[in-house]
Amino acid sequence: MPVNETLANYGDWLYGAAALVYVFAMVFYTTEQAFTRRAKKSEQAAAKVLVGAGAPVEPASDAPAIGLIAEAPRRSRADRFGRMAVALTVLGALLHLGSIVLRGVATGRAPWGNMYEYGASAMFVAVATWLVLMRKFDVRRLGAFVLTPVVILMFLGGTALYTAAAPVQPALQSYWLVIHVSAAILSSGLFLVPGVVSLLYLVKVKHDANPAKFASLGARLPDADSLDRLAYRTTIFAFPIYTFGIICGAIWAEAAWGRFWGWDPKETVAFVAWVVYAGYLHSRATAGWRGTRAAVINSVAFGMVVFNLFFINLVIAGLHSYAR
Amino acid sequence: MTVSDPETDDAVGDDKPAQPPTGPRRLLAFGRNTWRGLTSMRTALILLFLLALAALPGALLPQRSLNLPRVLDYIDAHGWWGTLLDRLQFFDVYASVWFSAIYLLLFISLVGCLLPRTVEYARALRAKPVLTPRNLSRLPHHATTETDTAPEEVVAAAKTRLKGWRVVERAETEGISLSAERGYLREAGNLLFHFAMLGLIVALALGKMFNYEGQVIVLADGSQFCNSGTLGYDSFRPGLRVDGTDLDPFCVRVNSFDATYLPNGQAEQFTAKIDYQAAGDLDSGTWRPYDLRVNEPLRIVGDRVYLLGRGYAPTFTVTFPDGQRRTQTIQWRPVDQLTMLSEGATKFDPPGVTDSAERRQRQIAITGLFAPTALIQDKILSSSHPALRDPAVAIDVMRGDLGLESGRGQSIFEIDQSLVDSGRLTRVARENLKPGGVITLDDGTKVSFDGVVPFVSLQVSHDPTQLWVLVFAVLMILGLGTSLTIKRRRVWVRATRADGGRTVVRVGGLARTDQAGYGEEFSRLAAQLLSPRRDP
Ligand code: HEM
Repeated sequence: MPVNETLANYGDWLYGAAALVYVFAMVFYTTEQAFTRRAKKSEQAAAKVLVGAGAPVEPASDAPAIGLIAEAPRRSRADRFGRMAVALTVLGALLHLGSIVLRGVATGRAPWGNMYEYGASAMFVAVATWLVLMRKFDVRRLGAFVLTPVVILMFLGGTALYTAAAPVQPALQSYWLVIHVSAAILSSGLFLVPGVVSLLYLVKVKHDANPAKFASLGARLPDADSLDRLAYRTTIFAFPIYTFGIICGAIWAEAAWGRFWGWDPKETVAFVAWVVYAGYLHSRATAGWRGTRAAVINSVAFGMVVFNLFFINLVIAGLHSYAR
Repeated sequence: MTVSDPETDDAVGDDKPAQPPTGPRRLLAFGRNTWRGLTSMRTALILLFLLALAALPGALLPQRSLNLPRVLDYIDAHGWWGTLLDRLQFFDVYASVWFSAIYLLLFISLVGCLLPRTVEYARALRAKPVLTPRNLSRLPHHATTETDTAPEEVVAAAKTRLKGWRVVERAETEGISLSAERGYLREAGNLLFHFAMLGLIVALALGKMFNYEGQVIVLADGSQFCNSGTLGYDSFRPGLRVDGTDLDPFCVRVNSFDATYLPNGQAEQFTAKIDYQAAGDLDSGTWRPYDLRVNEPLRIVGDRVYLLGRGYAPTFTVTFPDGQRRTQTIQWRPVDQLTMLSEGATKFDPPGVTDSAERRQRQIAITGLFAPTALIQDKILSSSHPALRDPAVAIDVMRGDLGLESGRGQSIFEIDQSLVDSGRLTRVARENLKPGGVITLDDGTKVSFDGVVPFVSLQVSHDPTQLWVLVFAVLMILGLGTSLTIKRRRVWVRATRADGGRTVVRVGGLARTDQAGYGEEFSRLAAQLLSPRRDP
């Protein structure tokens, strides 16, 4: 199947545009951060009251979600920057999605055949996840922290790892490409968020214990519990998908390589990351391992996912090396 | 022990120090403590991390099972360090003592953890929801209201709202209370997940015993391969309990091989047209056709046949001075997968020579490069495309002692360089040939390059437990999904008469998993439970 070069080129432009828009969004999130510091105290107090719910519940009222508190009666400057940042993120995500779709149409296959395409899709999932989470949790001003790795990875993808649109080799011509790789993309993109949030949690805990540490950043972060909850919720959503992705990989390997598991480097590190995530889930049910240790484990687990993508693909030769 | 329960799980990781035991009970206590320690959550956690850590070197260092030559290179290149790593089994990580020890311990820990949990769960399933706490306002979630409705009606209404919950109603001194609980399936899912994982590990271990894997190269010119014994294979890797005598009989005949390529030489599709016969077909002589492709193995009875690789086998004919001719088609191995430039050595014995000393002076080897699409620059041959468009060979013809009788095994792709160095094998011609090309040697021997036959490299795999592994993997996913989506919640309602004939209704809630998420959910539920009855 021949490749439609024109469409592929438009796709690449959209990719660049999306990355650029994310950079602008980051600037606005950061600006929001900078303005929020003072608003924090009163906001936290307000949230406390609602969660405590000691008072009789008004039968008719739907208890307001914590996230709505951010919409103070008077729209502050911080708030306006935050809203613009979100609007930009949405715009970026649309451009990003457009670039992925164009790649797929141009090549006439699922656009996940090499590292550039894989990374582009995973980063889209990360941004989409973030957009969803921002609606549920009051974490908008953390946007810059999530977009930073996204932009870095997109930059690497668009330069060092860039691959021109082309059909894929015979081993990849299978519907398992769609199933296995999309599960991997979905879970890796989702995992990015708890990976980042767990790091922020660690910063916050350090700051809470000693306000002199991370003084400016720590003061602006949401409380540690919210960060922990956000990381946990996203992880337990992504983990079954990751498991599913690994199992589909094994089923595909059985058809393509003659065995379902062979300790190929990619398989090995996927296994390691899976075990570390399982460790994260267990740590939350183990005395003395909740909180800080769990957050460290979660960050390490995401580190393994990234390691698997970059180091194993680029440095170590294995059966997955098609992705270079 | 309900491990996922925030009220009790603190105890899970902590083994209470036992009282110093006396006399013969000491041994028992020691055993019990060891067992408790091994099956505690903390130990399981540490073992999990050890497993992850132990698996990692397998990704970073070359492994014997995957690539033996790279392991040997690595050991050579790293001196004592390489030797040390080898001693410590770092090149056979997944078969190493330490890796096996970790996962065996984890397995035991898992069993020890699951058995009591299963018993506990069975008990919990039959038990009634716990008593309503005396003071509901002490709970993390609670709400209160007053109403004119009678306590009995309040409770009856609440009961209908708590559909899907396990509810008990209890009469109390001052009123009535309900205690309700739900989310029991969560633990069931969790147990299913862990048991499925146990099953998967057992199935894997059995598979390692009874599986085998063999590779064989077959010319795509109607040549056959039969799975009748290990000798038919070029390489064969048996499971621990396989001796190669009892293989499932079947035969495969490779009729042709087709490859389609993109203009840049990237492969688009490989197809080997084969016939096969298995079971009853073998007696009746029936052949069944199949198109063997990458991703589409042939599955017969208990075996799978894969198309793993391909290449070219040039045909050479040697016409000896006495007029006798010998023709051979031997596979040459690709040195560049993109252009299929290949190298090899086709070896000939002079016919009719019985004296071995004489034979060892007149053996002939044709060695060099083969290009499917020749690109010749300054007489150097390379290949510009993997398809058979303009084949050519660049060969050295060697004459002398090939060392075939020396008893030392030698590669079919190479000649023994030491014989060249010692002068027992000498080059008598070097030329580039296209099909039909002939070289005439000084003694009148003619060497001709007749043409090319593609070959396929097949793998036969046998793993009687792989379906079980799949079944357990699917159960794991189902268990995982259940245990991560279902939440355990408790809610209590108490209706008591207050002064003035009014009824005070109190609602309390406790999350047994994912506490943080219970807030909004509880508010909604409480609002429903406390709202005045709306039925007619
Ligand atoms: C290879 C070893 C193991 C793996 C890969 C593994 C994996 C998992 C996973 C993915 C979960 C998540 C389900 C959930 O959070 O509800 C889980 C939960 C759990 N596992 Fe394991 N497990 C292993 C060994 C063990 C062992 C040895 C024990 C007991 C000592 C154990 C006890 C538990 C418990 C109690 C939970 C529930 C924790 C919770 O509710 O969050 N697991 N396990």
